[in-house]
Amino acid sequence: MLPFADTQFVEATWIMIVKSLVIFAIVFGILPILTVVERKLIGRFQHRYGPNRVGPFGILQPLADVGKLISKESFRPANAVSTLFILGPLLPVLSGVLALAIIPWGNVQDGVGLYGIDVPIGILYFFAVGSIAFYGMLLGGWSSGSKYSLLGAMRSAAQLISYEVSMGLALLGVIMMSGSLSLVDVVEAQGTIWFVIPQFVGFLIFMLAGFAETNRTPFDMPEADAELVQGFMTEYGGMRFGSFLLVEYMEILVVSGIAAAMFLGGWMGPGPGWLDPIWMLAKMFVLVFVFIWVRATLPRLRYDQLMSLGWKVLLPLATLNVLVTAVLVVTT
Amino acid sequence: MAELTQDRATEVMTVNIGPHHPATHGVLRLIVDLEGEVVKDLKPVIGYVHTGIEKSCEDKSYWKVIPFVERMDYVSYFFQMEAYCGAVERLVGLEIPPRAKYLRTIFLELNRIHSHLVWLGTTALDLGAISMLWYCFRERDRILDLFEMAAGQRMHTRYFQVGGVIEDIPLGFEKKLREFIADMPVRVGQYQALLDRNEVFLSRTKGVGIVSRERLLELGVTGPLLRAAGEPWDLRKAFDYLAYPEVDFQIPVGTVGDNYDRYRVRVAEMVESTKIVEQALDLMEEGPFIADDRKYVLPPRSELSTSMESLIHHFKLVTEGFRVEPGEVYYSIESPRGELGCFVLADGSSKPSRVHFRDPSFVNLQAFKDMAVGSYIADMIASLGMLDPILGGVDR
Repeated sequence: MLPFADTQFVEATWIMIVKSLVIFAIVFGILPILTVVERKLIGRFQHRYGPNRVGPFGILQPLADVGKLISKESFRPANAVSTLFILGPLLPVLSGVLALAIIPWGNVQDGVGLYGIDVPIGILYFFAVGSIAFYGMLLGGWSSGSKYSLLGAMRSAAQLISYEVSMGLALLGVIMMSGSLSLVDVVEAQGTIWFVIPQFVGFLIFMLAGFAETNRTPFDMPEADAELVQGFMTEYGGMRFGSFLLVEYMEILVVSGIAAAMFLGGWMGPGPGWLDPIWMLAKMFVLVFVFIWVRATLPRLRYDQLMSLGWKVLLPLATLNVLVTAVLVVTT
Repeated sequence: MAELTQDRATEVMTVNIGPHHPATHGVLRLIVDLEGEVVKDLKPVIGYVHTGIEKSCEDKSYWKVIPFVERMDYVSYFFQMEAYCGAVERLVGLEIPPRAKYLRTIFLELNRIHSHLVWLGTTALDLGAISMLWYCFRERDRILDLFEMAAGQRMHTRYFQVGGVIEDIPLGFEKKLREFIADMPVRVGQYQALLDRNEVFLSRTKGVGIVSRERLLELGVTGPLLRAAGEPWDLRKAFDYLAYPEVDFQIPVGTVGDNYDRYRVRVAEMVESTKIVEQALDLMEEGPFIADDRKYVLPPRSELSTSMESLIHHFKLVTEGFRVEPGEVYYSIESPRGELGCFVLADGSSKPSRVHFRDPSFVNLQAFKDMAVGSYIADMIASLGMLDPILGGVDR
């Protein structure tokens, strides 16, 4: 019954290369702006200005930050495992960049699909590459040779197994309703109604798990600065530390992108076709704003509380959601 | 079997936290034995900010000791001043005028609010609620503005003097203070709206770090920690000092003695303190702000050019200071952290022979092991915040 998205749109190789470069360039242009936006917004939430010294409105602050981080010594503790220590920050960057590829910015226009790739396994790809990031944290934390890092790494492992299942189940409802794993097809299926309305429970569970995926408050246990200094990145300095930070923002973008595509109708919006990527970006930024807002407001959960939340609340809820959706899809 | 126990033992990981750690409130070092993330044993190591203040005090004339003692517990400096000045006044039998009593009460209670605000901001920060720090410090700055207005300094004001206060409050102070105490309960309500109805905050604080009332009494713990466990012991009610018998206020007490009760007691105390300030402000009348005893109190500046007597007194007080008959006194007040006592031993000279402070942070820190052992490391940090130790006071 389930129609698999069998034939994909095939493009010339040079278009693929140009496309990936453009997406890469745009996203890496957004990332630094995102850091300023977050610091500005949190500043406003906290009755202060946020960065406003470097460049107009502090817009050049990330350049100054990166310049500082690059010029710093790449310190490595004496008892760290050198190769793994260097590999640690690279894996999450890889995972983030790979996950960017499937975010759909628009459908095929003038012979060019406005997305990196449209794979028939779509969302499974997102989970597959998304989980690689945690290897980076685990390896980085473990190989640092520091007890704080080890504890942070352990926490990230515990966190990974607690929410990943519910995250997958939360999306299962959407996949059943759209009948395809491909993100482009999922967005196309939302022509009449955005899935956030019939799949509201799934949306909430996905966003909650998304906070855990991105290590953001209230689930920032792996890097809980109050108890573990900086968790798995305690011993990192310079741009290695910077890339861990960068990945956090990249993951926010990716999770927002997936959520926007799966629940908020992706690029759907009034206006001509060239507006589609703008709509997608706007929806993503609404979700990014939620991420920042929550960070400024909520305290941090304890890691055993996240585990019990993941296993005892989110998982049954997500399962129930899938069950109800399945019954409804079959009967109607 | 022997091997198994050996393996269990190696699973315990000893972690050194501090003395420089983002969450320890001051330079406190903790040696923590962890099994997984559960705290099995814990040793606080203190002494990193030991500056020998008590010893230095023995080398200063009586009123030059005041700026020293302020710097012990650097968050509740007015309380240190009151404990010391009150002790010396009792030693020499000096009565302070009514206006000074009210002024001291007002500044002590403002300082209590200030101290609790610092506590709330930093403890919420430990729990991950980063914005609370800025909200609390916004109100704290208004208190510091008031201190600056009256004393010229924001921190370590040296406002209290043996015999009263060093200067009267300036014009416009009362208006600003009344605005503040009108705002403060609203602000406290906002803090509660952010934390009290926050499921994450509740699950992080409720049932965490419970120590029984009996155990706290055994350890000599005082202040909000003891009151949170249900013991309504507050020196402002128990003893008769300053204007406290004349104002109407209540002592908030907890029931369980967990971190949530500690939070609630302190937040309620902030509101009670604003009530005390308001009543003291209403009751205060015009009059002298410092005792008129030329043996201990500087003469007014205007008299120096007209009166030979005053000039001599001024010269004697500023150079040698006043002499105190041999004797000793212990005077204790309710600081934001508990019973703050000051012991002064006089030997007849113009310098104290011994000054010793019973600092509540130091005594309360003993209860930390009972609060934290058996809990998660995250809760240990939260409990340390709720304990509210000021390491400057612990080490002195």
